[in-house]
Amino acid sequence: MGKVIYLDNNATTQCAPQVVEAMLPYFTEKYGNPSSIHTFGGENRHVIDHARHTVADFIHAQYDDEIIFTSCASESDNTAIFSAVRANRNKKHIITSAVEHPAVMEPFRYLQTQGYRVDYIGVDELGRFNMDQFKAVLDEDTALVSIMWANSETGTIFPIEEIAKLTHEKGALFHTDAVQAVGKISVDVQAAGVDMLSLSAHKFHGPKGIGVLYVKRGTRFLPYLMGGHQEKQRRAGTENVPYIVGLAKAAELAKKRLADGTMEKVARLRDQLEQGLLRNIPDVKVNGDPAHRVPNTTNLSFGYIEGESILMYLNDFGVCASSGSACTSGSLEPSHVLRAMKVPFQFAHGSIRFSLSDQTTQEDIEVVLKELPAIVKRLREISPFSRMA
Amino acid sequence: MWDYTDKVMDHFKNPRNVGTIPNADGTGQVGSLVCGDALRLTIKVDKQTDVIEDAKFETFGCASAIASSSILTEMVKGKTIADASKITNQDIANALGSLPAEKMHCSVMGMEALEAAVQSYRQGGKPVVFEQEQEKIVCKCFNVSEEAIIKAIRTNHLTTVEDVTHFTKAGGACGQCKGEIQKILDKVNGANQQPQAVAKTYEQMTLVEKIKAIEKVLEEDVRPKLNLDGGSVELVDLNGTTVQVRLTGMCSGCAGAQGTLKNFIEKVLQDRLSKNLTVEQA
Repeated sequence: MGKVIYLDNNATTQCAPQVVEAMLPYFTEKYGNPSSIHTFGGENRHVIDHARHTVADFIHAQYDDEIIFTSCASESDNTAIFSAVRANRNKKHIITSAVEHPAVMEPFRYLQTQGYRVDYIGVDELGRFNMDQFKAVLDEDTALVSIMWANSETGTIFPIEEIAKLTHEKGALFHTDAVQAVGKISVDVQAAGVDMLSLSAHKFHGPKGIGVLYVKRGTRFLPYLMGGHQEKQRRAGTENVPYIVGLAKAAELAKKRLADGTMEKVARLRDQLEQGLLRNIPDVKVNGDPAHRVPNTTNLSFGYIEGESILMYLNDFGVCASSGSACTSGSLEPSHVLRAMKVPFQFAHGSIRFSLSDQTTQEDIEVVLKELPAIVKRLREISPFSRMA
Repeated sequence: MWDYTDKVMDHFKNPRNVGTIPNADGTGQVGSLVCGDALRLTIKVDKQTDVIEDAKFETFGCASAIASSSILTEMVKGKTIADASKITNQDIANALGSLPAEKMHCSVMGMEALEAAVQSYRQGGKPVVFEQEQEKIVCKCFNVSEEAIIKAIRTNHLTTVEDVTHFTKAGGACGQCKGEIQKILDKVNGANQQPQAVAKTYEQMTLVEKIKAIEKVLEEDVRPKLNLDGGSVELVDLNGTTVQVRLTGMCSGCAGAQGTLKNFIEKVLQDRLSKNLTVEQA
């Protein structure tokens, strides 16, 4: 495999070298169990406390103990959702959006089979949250509202502060899956007024296999994993010290990038890519809300051709991206996000998501701008629908 | 990432016979933009010998759809209409080495386009769109007829609903027709099997059947709810109509245990099996 042009950073990111370096001692010489009574293990307790503080600071949590370390954001999502309904048994209504990650969607579907009333709030053609529908269904019987901060496929940012405020007015709990927001835009749990938030380290140059559930103090909480005193009895299991250290290091670096203009640079490259493709290829359409979008993501639909074919040609140039097309996943329908946005069918099957990072270079963008128009042209020559264009 | 064979990649990257034959003797179309894949096949036929002299395709779809179409044009060239009509989707997949199970419907699309093109030739060349028999549409999302499903089951020896979805796309979207697909599978594959025993009432069951029936209800309707609270239940014994159970996990020692036994477990067993059943803590 030649040079990799990695434009799939919403799927995962490269673990930063500083992160790896910070983690290594905790695999080898500092392998103690933080729960041990001896100094050798007990010192790692302080290491975790320090990491917890770094993460709390990163998302502007008021107290360090509001941070619970988990194995991934999917675990955080599941924990938050089941805790919210089990701690509020008298309420039988829960709300989420139609464009969530499966880690939120599937628990909601399961709870629906267990007798819960579930509302899935829709989006408009730009992927914007339908606030009117939300206000109409929210009521005193609502136990939980779980709405993602930013969408993984289109990058569209939802008005979390307003949704949280409305949720609290009806006395319900508010959880947000912020996996695609954290590290890309400033996330302030206090300003936004969220009760619970999920994040994952590997989306911002941390390691895979470590996540966080933020639970605001005073929130009624029941654990998902039982059988240990760790994390104040809220998440059983020996603390994953090296990964917790890696997560904290990644948070520290991400905080710096958000402050020093790096993400603006990423946005400029993203815009250059998007504008260049729109200019040089006919029948291309942007999916998402350009006015409220994370800085690294663009989702483009190439009319009359199919996404997997585009990706496989891009792969020849080392370009890594992803598609919401049916064929890439092995499912038979285009992505649920694009369908919720009612993207026309001639465009839904040909969507490509490019997600950049601070490591993306001008040269990377130029390769795509140079190669993609010819790929699209070639596939359209094979397609029986091109002449409809 | 799909494990495509070299042959699939070759035909995807270097598709043979792309385009449309002007004044074709047969034109077959299948699929649409909505479905996510579509194929238009045109053929030129020597009217004297019925031999297909040329074939061209245009395809909207993924790598395996393009490869299936491309190899199909190579397969039909030089064959008589009668021989070409015998090509099955399995022949197309075999010619490509293989296709991932989830992509077999691409080879079915090739077979259907060929069927339509042959029909078009026989009717004098007017383009034919491959159509499922409207009155027997099983999968409304992808417009798949009972006939197409039966054909896929017979040709490819399919045994599960998932297989049928991979080959025909039926059941791949909303999933509402999965029950009906299972019935078709049972009908096609079950011809030689023993007929199902007529369902007995609880009272007619043997002791072993009764225990199995109770265990089934506990597993399907009771444990999922108890599991939500971190608890579960075990079947300990059956004395006449008295079901003895043991609550476990968070349910054991729970203050509401008696309520769980009587108002929930007993009620479910009565509803599902017999009004005479009572439940007791073992």
